[in-house]
Amino acid sequence: MFFRRFSLLIYALLILVPLLIVVLTSMKTIQETFRNPLGLPEAGIQFGNYSAIFQEQTMSGYFMNSTIVTLFSVSLTLFFASLIAYGIIRLNNWIGNFIFILFTLGMMVPAQVSMIPLYSLMLDLSLTNSLVGLILVNISTTMPIAVFILTGFMKTLPRELFEASTIDGAGNWKIYSKVAIPLSLPSLSATAIFLFVMHWNDLLYPLLFITDNAYKTLPLALLEFQGEYSTNYPMLFTGVIIASAPMVIAYVFLQRYFVAGMTAGAVKG
Amino acid sequence: MKISKSIYLFFLPGLLLYAIFFIYPTISALFYSFTDWDGLSQSFQFVGISNYERAFTGDTIFRKSIGNNLKFMLVVVVFQTLIALAFALIVLKNNKTTIFLRALYFFPTILSSVSVAFIWSFIYDPSLGILNQVLELVGLGFLAQNWLGNADIAIYSLAVTQVWFHAGQMLIIFVAGLQAIPDELYEVAKIEGANKWQTFRTVTWPLLAPSATIVIAYTTIQSFKAFDLVFAMTGGGPNNSTEIVATYIFDIAFRSYQFGYASAISVIFMIIIAIITFLQFKALRSDRISY
Repeated sequence: MFFRRFSLLIYALLILVPLLIVVLTSMKTIQETFRNPLGLPEAGIQFGNYSAIFQEQTMSGYFMNSTIVTLFSVSLTLFFASLIAYGIIRLNNWIGNFIFILFTLGMMVPAQVSMIPLYSLMLDLSLTNSLVGLILVNISTTMPIAVFILTGFMKTLPRELFEASTIDGAGNWKIYSKVAIPLSLPSLSATAIFLFVMHWNDLLYPLLFITDNAYKTLPLALLEFQGEYSTNYPMLFTGVIIASAPMVIAYVFLQRYFVAGMTAGAVKG
Repeated sequence: MKISKSIYLFFLPGLLLYAIFFIYPTISALFYSFTDWDGLSQSFQFVGISNYERAFTGDTIFRKSIGNNLKFMLVVVVFQTLIALAFALIVLKNNKTTIFLRALYFFPTILSSVSVAFIWSFIYDPSLGILNQVLELVGLGFLAQNWLGNADIAIYSLAVTQVWFHAGQMLIIFVAGLQAIPDELYEVAKIEGANKWQTFRTVTWPLLAPSATIVIAYTTIQSFKAFDLVFAMTGGGPNNSTEIVATYIFDIAFRSYQFGYASAISVIFMIIIAIITFLQFKALRSDRISY
């Protein structure tokens, strides 16, 4: 019993201590960090680095870019993927199966395969240095997992419901929006959270397609702070906290949904 | 029942984007893997299978990156799975403490790889880092290291970071799997006089196998794709000692502009992942036990 409690405590500390260090370091100066990397900030709780980073960097711009890209990527992926999932289960024939397999196969293809031709395609379409370009790529690359999860869920809905609505004269759009979507809310919310975390934190596609500061998202901006601030960890950690804040706040309030979403995402193979 | 043809319109937007930004580039990668395209010029030549030949025979860094990937994968899969399972068994019952702890252990999963990379670069920092300081403190100062700068151990330092990052997520999957096991089975085991180990071996483990397979499959794929973390922490260095296939493809494509060759490597990478996924899906199927 003691051993169990002890291990739980150790694991908890292994998570908490690094996070605490991030918060404390963000309130120190760089000299202080070198002198006393693990102690409490000498000047107490102060947010000097936070105002400094907003002055030195176009933080609010990065923040806005991340917000726009994430919101549009998540909502459009969900919308298009739920349409497809509905189509697949209603068709219930070889065409539906084919489309399902087409998307499922996409889950196996690593981003590194499509990224090289995608890069030149994006150049040809003038979609580099563009939030729209980023959103289109995000949607396309997360469609497979979203279609997979949503189709799996919609398959469990009773077919009679759809058939009864058809007899009542409802068209596909009406059945989709009035029957399928409301019944699929649990899996839609789980998928939404999974996509939300994925898009907010994504590094690869901004790294490939964005070079102009005006269109950078937070993870890319953060990565480049490393070049600028080098081992100025107080500034880097201030950036980390600002970039993670929305996710952390959402996690505190929507914990249950996060857990459901991130484990639904784990079936991606 | 006949269904209106309008259903086909439902596939249109998603399928169109998927075809343009995913299927087309993926198929193009296959095509370019047989060329010497540099990604910039309009013209290129077909070079047959020479890119593939080069990958398998002439490229020591590629071989090294596969080796690194396997080391990384092995450490992450073994330790992450064991830690996740061991702790899942302890925090299995729902009460205030366990619910809080599960949420805490899960927390790193929601951070970005770049954030995790910064946090652990600081922990591993040879002079500022907490790791060396703690080692000094407990009299193990001789173990102090340049954790990311030493080519012999850097890949393992990255693997530890990956475990810290994702063990909580796997723990949650195990908890979900374990909570689905009916209590009656444990009662029967108790009545039969089974000890803890026997109960685990005969009741828990067989019924846990499906979630274990999911965890192992997911962790394996995740460790092959750990591009962000490696890219942000070491960039593949020092001396290619942490180069994994994903970062190597990025390097040859976007640093030395050998798009044709990078495509060939990415195709090999895809085949490796497909084989692993296939084997694990097969295992998943044969492991499924119903009760």
